[in-house]
Amino acid sequence: MGLLYGLIAVGLALIFGLMDVTNFAHGEFLMIAMYLSFFLFAFFAIDPLLSAPLVAAAMFVFGAVVYLLLVRFAMRAKANAGMVQIFTTFGLAIVMRGLAQYFFTPDYRSIPQSWLGGKTISVAGIFLPEPQLVGALVSIAAFAGLYLFVHRTDFGRALEATREDPGAVALVGIDKNRVFAFGWGLGAALVGLAGAIMAVFFYIYPDVGASFALIAYVTVALGGFGSVFGAFAGGIIVGLVEAVTALVLPPSLKSVGIYAVYLLVVFIRPRGLFGSM
Amino acid sequence: MDKAFAARRRRDLIIAAVLAGLAALAPLLIKDVYVQNILILTLMYAALSQSWNILSGYCGQISLGHALYFGIGAYTTELLFTKFGVLPWFGMLAGGVIAAIIAMGLGYPFFRLRGHYFVIATIVIAEIGLLLFQNWEWAGAAMGITVPVRGDSWLKFQFMRSKLPYFYFALVLCSLAWFVTWWLEDSKWGFWWRAVKDNPEAAESLGVVVFNSKMGAAAVSAFLVAIGGAFYAQFLAYIDPESVMGFQFSLLMALPAVLGGIGTLWGPVLGAAILIPMTELTRSYIGGSGRGVDLIVYGALIVAISLALPRGLVSLFSRSKAKGATR
Repeated sequence: MGLLYGLIAVGLALIFGLMDVTNFAHGEFLMIAMYLSFFLFAFFAIDPLLSAPLVAAAMFVFGAVVYLLLVRFAMRAKANAGMVQIFTTFGLAIVMRGLAQYFFTPDYRSIPQSWLGGKTISVAGIFLPEPQLVGALVSIAAFAGLYLFVHRTDFGRALEATREDPGAVALVGIDKNRVFAFGWGLGAALVGLAGAIMAVFFYIYPDVGASFALIAYVTVALGGFGSVFGAFAGGIIVGLVEAVTALVLPPSLKSVGIYAVYLLVVFIRPRGLFGSM
Repeated sequence: MDKAFAARRRRDLIIAAVLAGLAALAPLLIKDVYVQNILILTLMYAALSQSWNILSGYCGQISLGHALYFGIGAYTTELLFTKFGVLPWFGMLAGGVIAAIIAMGLGYPFFRLRGHYFVIATIVIAEIGLLLFQNWEWAGAAMGITVPVRGDSWLKFQFMRSKLPYFYFALVLCSLAWFVTWWLEDSKWGFWWRAVKDNPEAAESLGVVVFNSKMGAAAVSAFLVAIGGAFYAQFLAYIDPESVMGFQFSLLMALPAVLGGIGTLWGPVLGAAILIPMTELTRSYIGGSGRGVDLIVYGALIVAISLALPRGLVSLFSRSKAKGATR
């Protein structure tokens, strides 16, 4: 479960953590991705596992468009830039939820039969549900990919440089908007991947994103802003803490443990575990 | 202090008095209960947002967890009332004091945090409060508390037949929150807060005790919000954790101030006066279909206003006083 939180958080780690742009619509991105993979299954009978790359590609375009149409302008605000970002993306989240209700109705949907759904696999005597296992593997791969991408490619350096000093970056011929649009696209594509896998074993409804979004913020902040590895570690810690809390406290209180650990960590280390900002 | 500033403050006070006077007369003309309901909610959100603005606007410590204090105000009042028969008036004060104490207790570790880390901590602490109340059997858990009907009286602050008493209380609360802000704006505290917001290091070096300033702002802000929570509980006569402590509430409290103009005297009132009627009207006229059209309109308006007017709606009024307004 921890790696799944990590998978949801990895896209956010890129947008929120590395680009320092607040995205309050992250949960809704997840929701859209889950619907996409649901409809690909319902109409074309494409298994979510196969459609995951398609969903990710569609989400890439969606993320880039959101950046170019909205976020670009929110970042340009001279006053209260932080609040403008928060409420622009919050407004976007409400619109997306409304649109989902309008077009998809508030009904709960699920993907009844898929290659992975409901199956378990036995590893050394421990039964693991297959979808979660695949989710965990994809999550590790996504993190490794993002880590290499950010630290080993020119684009990764451009991204970091753009956050540090957009003016100086412009002087050396990097188009800030292109870099950030690509970053948003990539962040959304990663959420798309998460959505496609989660569509297999979660109910899909217009408000589904909200329940995961807060945990994703906490995960990123716990690991520390500006660190891909931090978000990965954050995801694992969140998953472990949740599992332990569920043993000690009633299930409805399982998130309390996660929140308490976040507070404890930032009180001791105000920059999160591996944060650089 | 320069004369222009003093003149502006005097003028603000006069405008506020006139507006409050006009508002007090409004029920003579408006008999429709539905419209009265909207007015009450508008005044309440204006008061809440004004209180939120003290900590987040003036002092610059963006809190998205004020639902915690709202819920504490509501729950303190109703628990004392239903379990011990304490009159809501005392419960209201108790709620305010408890909220202020909690705000300062939380401020002790919280105010060391900066930026996103602080904002997320405020969200998280409110969420913990929500989960605890949802699981607290004695306090009604997720079912909440229904306030028993004991007949209309000012003593018990309960009115079934008419909404007018609630209207007047909301008006007083809103005026109080405005007046406190107005008064603090020109006090030692007000100047400290703005200094802390603009540049904490410089403020500290000039002798402002940054930490204490933040604590003061948090306590005042939490106290007023909790009073608002107590009012809301009496007004609805029913509370449950999600409806008084949910994350949505923290955002709804911040929204009028942000859209109206964060860190300004008139921003919250202006924002609430436009946003709340708009929310209620879209909900009742196009929300009935249950298909979320109201959400689409509402969300789109929030996006449009925050993008078009990053300084908030007050910036539309500040052509001439643009210089004065930024101080």
